[in-house]
Amino acid sequence: MTFIKQLAGLHKLAGLAFSAALMSTSAFGGEIILNSDQTDPAPKQAMEELIAGFEEVHPDISVKWNNFDHEGYKSAIRNFLTAETPDVAAWYAGNRMAPFVNAGLFEDVSDVWEDNGLNDQLKSAAASMTIDGKKWGVPYTYYQWGIYYRKDIFAEQGITPPKTWDELLAACAKLQEAGVTPFTIGSKALWPTAGWFDYLDLRVNGYEFHMDLTSGKIPYTDERVKAVFDKWAELVEPGYFVANHAAIDWQDAIPHLVQGKAAMYLMGNFAVATMKDGGLTDEQIGFLQFPEITPGLPMAEEAPTDTFHIPSGAKNKEDAKKFLAYLASPEAQTRMNKTLGQLPVNSQSETPEDPYLDAGFHMLSNAYALAQFYDRDAPAAMAKAGMEGFQEFMVKPDKADAILKRLEKVRARVYK
Amino acid sequence: MIPAPAPSLALWKKHKGTLTPWLFLLPGLLMFAIYVLIPIVQSIWISFHEWDGLGDKAWIGLGNYIELLDDDTFYTSLKNNFLWLVLYLLAIPGGLAVALFLNQNVMGIRLYKSLFFFPFVISQVVVGLMFTWFYAPDFGLFSALIEKLTGQQIAILADERFVTYGIIVAGLWPQTAYCMILYLTGLNNINPEQVEAARMDGAKGLKLLWHVILPQLAPASFIALVVTVIGSLRSFDLVSIMTAGGPYGSSQILSYFMYEQALSEYGYRMGYGAAIAVVLFLIMMVFITLFIVRMLSQERNS
Repeated sequence: MTFIKQLAGLHKLAGLAFSAALMSTSAFGGEIILNSDQTDPAPKQAMEELIAGFEEVHPDISVKWNNFDHEGYKSAIRNFLTAETPDVAAWYAGNRMAPFVNAGLFEDVSDVWEDNGLNDQLKSAAASMTIDGKKWGVPYTYYQWGIYYRKDIFAEQGITPPKTWDELLAACAKLQEAGVTPFTIGSKALWPTAGWFDYLDLRVNGYEFHMDLTSGKIPYTDERVKAVFDKWAELVEPGYFVANHAAIDWQDAIPHLVQGKAAMYLMGNFAVATMKDGGLTDEQIGFLQFPEITPGLPMAEEAPTDTFHIPSGAKNKEDAKKFLAYLASPEAQTRMNKTLGQLPVNSQSETPEDPYLDAGFHMLSNAYALAQFYDRDAPAAMAKAGMEGFQEFMVKPDKADAILKRLEKVRARVYK
Repeated sequence: MIPAPAPSLALWKKHKGTLTPWLFLLPGLLMFAIYVLIPIVQSIWISFHEWDGLGDKAWIGLGNYIELLDDDTFYTSLKNNFLWLVLYLLAIPGGLAVALFLNQNVMGIRLYKSLFFFPFVISQVVVGLMFTWFYAPDFGLFSALIEKLTGQQIAILADERFVTYGIIVAGLWPQTAYCMILYLTGLNNINPEQVEAARMDGAKGLKLLWHVILPQLAPASFIALVVTVIGSLRSFDLVSIMTAGGPYGSSQILSYFMYEQALSEYGYRMGYGAAIAVVLFLIMMVFITLFIVRMLSQERNS
């Protein structure tokens, strides 16, 4: 009978079967249902504190929290936004929320912004929450990207943190000569390569160009995009990245840094915790802003923002708006980000005491503009093809032209 | 006086012979229709549309198929599927060899048999993870061995030249165990008299295997072929867990490509995914038809 089973199995494979995860989400008066994906210890604790804090301020409203696995959430949200809708859902800013906004699945919350003075307090993230002149959610945390480096190795080699591209190249050459690979990276999951592309593009061509590119207004075959890859090649061709990076994940890249085999890592601030778990101390880890490439170009930074939204099918929108208002308040954001170890979006909140967050806060408050990260700024299909191209480029830099041509083909399809 | 039977009961009595089998078949047929037949028709229908799964479907005719013909990833997937199909067949001679080796009576043979069968029992995901670590640069056993032998590391799963072969080897491990168990049961049913007679006539070794044993194993070989061919076309789990189609799409196969386009975070192109599914379905139909034709002709002969 195995044969029959196999037959049935492959028919199933051929027929795309969709199954909606059915969750009991019926709302009573004074109850809001919240779906999110905070299963890691710190985020989970931050959520618990947030909910407890909210219920203290609004004793008549109770929060029912459905916590999802991080990866599973990305497909679950498509089901629950259309079927059993919660009252509040976690998601991301920028183009990442555009499909849901365009499909009419998120509620316009401009009034929450208006009534609570958020246009002023959350100003830094306002642009990334706006589509068609309306606000579609409330941001509560973000974190900086930048180059984390081994202070002790830099000191040993007599390198001062580079501020310009030439200084960076000189530092790389010096490190390589000393037998240390300048940069570690793990590109198996693709997205770490996008950090590189974003920063190089932001520094070579600037924020406006980067936004135009990620929103599909500029062809990938443009000379200016090629220029980004040329700069990148100056690091790839001499072997300034660890070998075999396509086989490892971002966490697996950290041992290189811990063992002193590599000296720098372009990453988000969340990597610091893993570096410390690996045994590095505050004396060993340094943070530096991505160096200037085109002189005089205003420096924009990467700062992915996490957000909460009200689905348009929510049953208890009134209380959900109260929840968003609470989430946006300076006190709530101070408390939450202290637990998260990230930066609050509200400008009146206090930044947690941490040398890297301090450095990040300083950098981001002086930033010309904030990018959300390639896979949030560009639509999903473009991001996937783009990041695959970046990964291929980092292995075979001589194929740059072929890769860009392929990306242009995808662009023409995705943005039509 | 005997009361006249109710009309419905009369109807039942009259057609009992024809209705009973259908009644027994009904639950199965319903399930088959709901979970297999209707989804196939739906997939074909969706493949003519552009649809993100949320908004309205837009009819684009053969648009998805035309785009597929112009998609490099599609050809990479086809090529890799072909590699899978051909190399996966190695599981059959492999399984036969192990089965012949284990078909003896020594102390603890049951334990050895179960150990050899073990890889088929554990989940494909676990197999994939184990081989990922096995191949991992710096700490993997295999890359350590290669480094010892050649002096340089090869990251199998990050090298577009080797990646597909690396995954196929991982897939062969459980598949060989599967074929082995099929052959072991086949070997149990071998007619000892025929073997005896052949031995008397002086046949031994490979000759005995080829002319006497193998013909008797034909049913097992057939099933092994069927499950291996179909298994190779469904090789989704290993690709997903070991490389996710990478590096830069070079280990892509049709089933994973379909998943990525239709259902993954970066996809949600239901129409395009459905078109890939239809192509995969057609390829499978070729084999399924061959197998079914053979099964039917055998049934008629017996």
